[in-house]
Amino acid sequence: MSDLDLALETFKQEAKELLDDMEDSLLALEDTPDDSETINSVFRAMHTIKGSSGLFGFSDVVAFTHEAETILDQVRNGEKPIDDRLISVLLDCKDHTSKLLEHCIQLGNEHGLSEGLSVAGKELVFQLTGKTQDEEALPAVSEDIQLAEMETIGESVDLSDKWIISLAFKPDALRMGVDPLSFLRYLKTLGDIETVLVLTEDIPVVGEFDPESCYMDLKIAYKSNADKQTIEDVFEFASDDCDINILPPNSNVEDYLSILDELESDTDRLGDILINIGVLTKNDVAKAVQKQNSAGKDSKPIGEILVEQQVVQPEVVAKAVKKQQQVKQKIAKEANYIRVDSGKLGQLINLVGELVISGAAMDLMVERHGLTDVEEVAVTMNTLVSDIRDTALDLRMVPIGETFTRFKRVVRDVSKELGKDIELKITGGETELDKTVVERINDPLTHLIRNSLDHGIETPLQREQAGKVDKGCIQLNAYHQSGHIVIEIIDNGAGLDSDKIVAKAIANGLISEEHNLSQQEIFNLIFEAGLSTKQQASDLSGRGVGMDVVKRNIEGLRGSVNIDSMAGQGTTITIHLPLTLAIIDGFMVEASNERYIIPLTMVEECVEMNSGEWDVDETQHYVNLRGVAMPYLRLGEYFNSGISQQEQSRESLVVVRSGKNKAGFVVDQLHGEHQTVIKPLGKVFDNLAGLTGATVLGDGNVALILDVQGLIQKAVKSGRY
Amino acid sequence: MTIDIKLQNDSVTQLVIRDEMTIYNVLEQNKTLLPYLEADKELQIDLSEVTEIDSAGVQLLIVLKQQAQKVNNQFSLVHHSQSVIDVLELFDLAAFFGDPVIMPADWEAS
Repeated sequence: MSDLDLALETFKQEAKELLDDMEDSLLALEDTPDDSETINSVFRAMHTIKGSSGLFGFSDVVAFTHEAETILDQVRNGEKPIDDRLISVLLDCKDHTSKLLEHCIQLGNEHGLSEGLSVAGKELVFQLTGKTQDEEALPAVSEDIQLAEMETIGESVDLSDKWIISLAFKPDALRMGVDPLSFLRYLKTLGDIETVLVLTEDIPVVGEFDPESCYMDLKIAYKSNADKQTIEDVFEFASDDCDINILPPNSNVEDYLSILDELESDTDRLGDILINIGVLTKNDVAKAVQKQNSAGKDSKPIGEILVEQQVVQPEVVAKAVKKQQQVKQKIAKEANYIRVDSGKLGQLINLVGELVISGAAMDLMVERHGLTDVEEVAVTMNTLVSDIRDTALDLRMVPIGETFTRFKRVVRDVSKELGKDIELKITGGETELDKTVVERINDPLTHLIRNSLDHGIETPLQREQAGKVDKGCIQLNAYHQSGHIVIEIIDNGAGLDSDKIVAKAIANGLISEEHNLSQQEIFNLIFEAGLSTKQQASDLSGRGVGMDVVKRNIEGLRGSVNIDSMAGQGTTITIHLPLTLAIIDGFMVEASNERYIIPLTMVEECVEMNSGEWDVDETQHYVNLRGVAMPYLRLGEYFNSGISQQEQSRESLVVVRSGKNKAGFVVDQLHGEHQTVIKPLGKVFDNLAGLTGATVLGDGNVALILDVQGLIQKAVKSGRY
Repeated sequence: MTIDIKLQNDSVTQLVIRDEMTIYNVLEQNKTLLPYLEADKELQIDLSEVTEIDSAGVQLLIVLKQQAQKVNNQFSLVHHSQSVIDVLELFDLAAFFGDPVIMPADWEAS
């Protein structure tokens, strides 16, 4: 990859982030159209993309974003109101910009725009401005800021190679022993004073004149080879009683610009950059910063303040700002994030998995040979290995919020299309889970949300008739629960019609007429293939293929999905997902000489299976544990149903929990905690119920990882019949 | 009194300042000098005996000059002492006062 390609890649990422932010901000503007900060962020997105595109010579992008930027600038300055129509157009502009960028990045500059893109662009510009794009010329790159005041003394003297020093004395200066004269005298020793201008405008009329106060301001054209810091040091002791501005000679500007070019800056602060190249002193910057702070919310950028204070030429600032942008981009990528190929991360995690396995093997050896002195070392190493494991897994953890916010647009667009008024509420966006899980949950979530939008929430008219006062709302919620992440999609729509579902399921032959299903199970029928209650398929959802795909996808992630609904009040879809797909803390048990792993987070407690102590119902497979009845399952019997069960002297009951359900697994032996590297089972085992994977033990044997959720359901069923 | 009247008649007042003009005495000098700035008259201030002048002194002179213009008083400074010349030159104010300054013979050395 060449440097340019790298830069382009960075730009692509950055533009994508900016555009995503822009979308968020625009959507936020729908609720709070007056929020200037949000408007600013939309403006910045367009502005930055325009600037960066210019660097790469994507003139089409520049031309288009310029239009949007112009409008946004008007909005920002309160010249143009922002309304829903404008937000819609701007959202389209965002989409268009992203298409343009994709086009330009893929094909480079040489290729013009495709017919479709340029037509779409012109259309949008027309919507934005009421003008066609061709009429508008590109803006002048920089504006000349005249130093009007300087002109007054610049008439007679050629100022190009002079320092311009402005001294504004405070009233107390003389009383404090600061005498402007002494400055002039001292300056003379460092160079030549070409012109002094005594500004006397502040001197009051005679009656109010206090001879001991200082009313004078000085402007000095000064020729010297000293650098700025030296000159400023002249005034150092007076800085409390005098505002000092020192503008470097214009002839130095060239020098500064070339220094800027070569500067390898490690700071992204404009002031620091300017100090580094010697055009400013720390004092100048401190003052400007102070001014900026005191201006509060409406403060101008620091660069503008500096130019205003006449301590630096605008062109130097402009250049430094550019430099700052470059540095910023660099630092932003370096300091906060390192972009890592996710393949490398995957490799690391695989290696950590192997490390965990061989760690277990070592443990075994240590134990077998009874090496007590090695044991201590082994324990330390195990702790480290599990730390490494956690850290490595943590690297892949990303908050789910980003995925959630993407749905804002979906909800907005779809609800507009359907003529419904629907709001999306997001909570728990900071909940983290494995990146691969996040990526793969996106599609199922989209489907579920579209379903809720389409089928769940009623039209405003229907809602009114149903006597619902609040507007349609879909809530996305995420939180952690016992090693899982739970994602909830809650709508306040019509709820599921269980009669309809049953009728349809019977018609499709999914269940028989004499079904014996609980309400919950009926709801969950909508996840079966070939069941859609909506009479007519819409282009959003309703083809009857979606929900079973959703369920399959979620189960593919070793997760589960559940649906609960109250007629007329809404539907809640709950998705349980494991935090990670790679390594878990497991609890190893043994039954019929076969080892099994139960995810540790699901284990509630272990007790002795003793019919004397607990009330055990052998025929219905129920155990009454301290007053709580729960179904139990003999793992040995369940997995080796052909083999006759030899009588065990002692059995243990492992109580597991998934969501609200509890069950017990009866096992022969407990082996305790075990770091489990999940290895997928081959295709042959795809239809094997009750197992989600396998792991390699330290001694080379294979232990099976139990699908606790599935087994609990099995236990509940076998208990009931 | 460090300010003496050399001459006073209906049209002209000539004063001599026999002191330094610094922050230490501008307050007093201001008080003394102001009454002489009468409308439509002429005020000449002899600076030959001003041994030292600082910014406050200069400022006072500027104020007097400005006030004089307001009340149409012919205000002029005469017989600048060397230190006054130096300072006015430093401030580049000679043109502001517009008074003929008599350069000392050894001005090149100054």
